[in-house]
Amino acid sequence: MIALSDYLILGAVLFGLSVAGIFLNRKNVIILLMAIELMLLSVNMNFVAFSYFLDDTAGQVFVFFILTVAAAEAAIGLAILVVLFRNRQTINVQDLDTLKG
Amino acid sequence: MDFERIIFYIFAAILVFAAGRVITVRNPVHAALHLVLAFFTCAGLWLLLEAEFLAIALVLVYVGAVMVLFLFVVMMLDINTSPLREGFVKYLPIGSTVAVLIFAEMFLVVGSKHFGREVVAIPARHAADYSNVRELGSVLYTDYVYPFEIAAVILLVAIIAAIALTMRKRPETKYQDPAQQVLVKPADRVRLVRMKTEQKQ
Repeated sequence: MIALSDYLILGAVLFGLSVAGIFLNRKNVIILLMAIELMLLSVNMNFVAFSYFLDDTAGQVFVFFILTVAAAEAAIGLAILVVLFRNRQTINVQDLDTLKG
Repeated sequence: MDFERIIFYIFAAILVFAAGRVITVRNPVHAALHLVLAFFTCAGLWLLLEAEFLAIALVLVYVGAVMVLFLFVVMMLDINTSPLREGFVKYLPIGSTVAVLIFAEMFLVVGSKHFGREVVAIPARHAADYSNVRELGSVLYTDYVYPFEIAAVILLVAIIAAIALTMRKRPETKYQDPAQQVLVKPADRVRLVRMKTEQKQ
């Protein structure tokens, strides 16, 4: 049988991979959004695993709300991306320097 | 090594492979497709954890809606990916170092020493007539009814925000104005001209 730590380690591996993805693709907004989705997935994996092993449905309800918020975030993020590309003809993070930050 | 464990390791290997491809692949379309594979495999793992409703919701909402949206945007934007890849090799050492450090720290916390099978007992499987959807629904519509409504409002806000952000008036497109159309009078369209009758030659 599979122990709780196996699922948690798998979630940790996914989280580490998505953090590395943010470092490696720090110019491509689309891949950055995908890495964020991957991060949320690893968090959800931990929630579902704890929900099963502690026999408590609250974890699954939380995952449900995380999925809702993540879907909204993806929709708005992609809308911003489309507007950005329409105005600047680029999605390179390096070129987005109009705020002089 | 029982069957369930073999299934878990196969799914975990596919999941890690897909996640690795998402962050390393050159083409964003391939990255999106690998992310689809990752979500699908994760849904399989959630089925092992008896979270059937969330597994199906993950496939329907993520693979069916969010990833299709991603693919739609990736294919709609005409992106030159070569400048976006600059710095990939440059940031590879620091990126992998930070990722390995984060993983090592998490491993020390969530490893088998604190969450192994000796510490957290593996619960018995539910009977075949157990319904995960009924369990989830019975708490979702009673204890969590206000968060549920807030989630609905968040989705509504997301719809309105996405439309408001991307809608634009093109100057070259001609639009109808129904108010002006309704207000029109016969005199605006037809001009009656009174003139003398002419003699026939």
